[in-house]
Amino acid sequence: MAVSQPSRSRDLDKLLLRPGHLVGPNFEPGPELRDDIKEYVKVLVVGAGGLGCELLKDLALTGFKYLDVIDMDRIEVTNLNRQFLFRLEDVGKPKAEVAAKRVMERVNGVNITPHFCRIEDKPLDFYSDFSIIVLGLDSVEARSYINAVACGFLEYDSEDNPREETVKPMVDGGTEGFKGHARIIVPGTTPCFECTIWLFPPQVKFPLCTLAETPRTAAHCIEYAHLIKWNEVHGSRSFDPDNPEDMQWVYSEAVKRAELFGIPGVTYSFTQGVVKNIIPAIASTNAIISAACALETLKIVSGCSKTLSNYLTYNGVEGLHTKVTEFVRDKDCLVCGPGVLIELDKSVTLKKFIDQLEDHPRLLLSRVSVTHRGKNLYMQAPPVLEEMTRSNLDLPLFELMGGVAKDVIHVNGMAGKGDKKQSCLRKLRVVFRGVDGIADIDMAGGA
Amino acid sequence: MIKLFKVKEKQRELAESANGKPPGKKQSAGELRLHKDISELNLPKTCSISFPNGKDDLMNFEVTIRPDEGYYLSGTFVFSFQISPIYPHEAPKVKCKTKVYHPNIDLEGNVCLNILREDWKPVLNINTIIYGLYHLFTEPNHEDPLNHDAAAVLRDNPKMFESNVRRAMAGGYVGQTFFPRCI
Repeated sequence: MAVSQPSRSRDLDKLLLRPGHLVGPNFEPGPELRDDIKEYVKVLVVGAGGLGCELLKDLALTGFKYLDVIDMDRIEVTNLNRQFLFRLEDVGKPKAEVAAKRVMERVNGVNITPHFCRIEDKPLDFYSDFSIIVLGLDSVEARSYINAVACGFLEYDSEDNPREETVKPMVDGGTEGFKGHARIIVPGTTPCFECTIWLFPPQVKFPLCTLAETPRTAAHCIEYAHLIKWNEVHGSRSFDPDNPEDMQWVYSEAVKRAELFGIPGVTYSFTQGVVKNIIPAIASTNAIISAACALETLKIVSGCSKTLSNYLTYNGVEGLHTKVTEFVRDKDCLVCGPGVLIELDKSVTLKKFIDQLEDHPRLLLSRVSVTHRGKNLYMQAPPVLEEMTRSNLDLPLFELMGGVAKDVIHVNGMAGKGDKKQSCLRKLRVVFRGVDGIADIDMAGGA
Repeated sequence: MIKLFKVKEKQRELAESANGKPPGKKQSAGELRLHKDISELNLPKTCSISFPNGKDDLMNFEVTIRPDEGYYLSGTFVFSFQISPIYPHEAPKVKCKTKVYHPNIDLEGNVCLNILREDWKPVLNINTIIYGLYHLFTEPNHEDPLNHDAAAVLRDNPKMFESNVRRAMAGGYVGQTFFPRCI
């Protein structure tokens, strides 16, 4: 008697094929949804470390068919306890490549494309190709970069509502020892990384004179060797934390320093920890955070459930505590905010544009400086830059912005009137009249 | 739910508009904040700023301080600033490029100024740091020593400290260390 095999997507089908009252808006259950998710959704996983390994496994098992993973690191022995896709013989190989291969060996039908490079090495087009980006990173810099890229695709309509087809959602996971977070970032709807950058505690930095004069802890001795002694001995050759010889040198200098002051506790691994700012990673924390991220990814993509709103924290230090906080957007965020829409004629000079901002009811900006995609068009101060940018004032802004129909520009100056003036930095969406190109030309040709 | 048909549509759209892209790069939030700091600089007459890589690279610059009072009167001291893309979450990296006999600056150019490390806050700015550096020259202090010998001399024998500073700035030896002229 033939027994029919249960479908591999049986559990997923329960979520995707049936309607329900806890589903997200616009949810359209059915086999087409399930198949479209497989066929059209491309997920990018950023990072193939502790979280990245978990994410790839979870997303592959969730039924996503096209995954990409990007990571610039190679596998180290110390990764093996928790980065479970790697084996001893993989040490020295690129994490992204090994992780992709291992998950494809184990999960039928998934296609994972590895990218062994820095996130900055990829062109913007690379990122625009994905439906959703999942982050398993360990630094503020990398998150800030990906956030800026994803928010950079966002466009607003004339009523300042995000245009849906330009929204690139992100799911961000992070862990530190027993603690972790999972959050969703839907640019234009939920706060972006930059709206809430204050959530990140500042890095602990010891005063240099403490290191030089009055070390009290093992970390002081290590930072002395790393920040002061290194330069004294090696001059301009900068310290490379990934070079074991450099690390060994810092370690042995730190030991000498610790002996001199009678301080215990300097070991090689602690030296690595202090210099590279490593926090002990816990495999279970990664597993829990990754599971939350993979589920949110499925929910955002399919609409099969309402999503996390919008920031989950997990703390396993004493027992278990978890909580969801709904953070709010910074409506004037320079990265994800709509900015103030300004329409201009092509002939308007930079000078005239600056004068207009002073009378603009939403801006009332005086003493304005202007920057556009890394080019400083006008600077009020210091005198050396004012002089270098002054000649731009008489040129048309359209020309200075490279002759495009519309683009974002940033200005700063003093906002408000009278004694209530306050320094501020604003994003503007400049649209030039009559350049919106093709339609005008077509009409001219047809007339 | 992601509108899947829109995803397909958009891919076509992007391919079509690929040649209408504006030139130049994207600016990080850090660069934008720095742009604000720089355009609002209000420096004392004793300080000046320069941009070795031109007007469009504000992330690397130099500040020159010429104290008009105190031990370091008429010396010229150059500091290099390196700004991180996540400024102001992270403080600027500041080094003194001029070799100086100073209790709070070592011979490698490391500077002991609290707001550059342990007391940095995102509400501070480039102007605050430059004033802080200027302050180090008008009021060097022996309580936060990076150059141990200079700090001890300042504490125990200010007259001798003064003559050591003059000798170093004129170009000469203090103890075993040679200081190039910086007047």
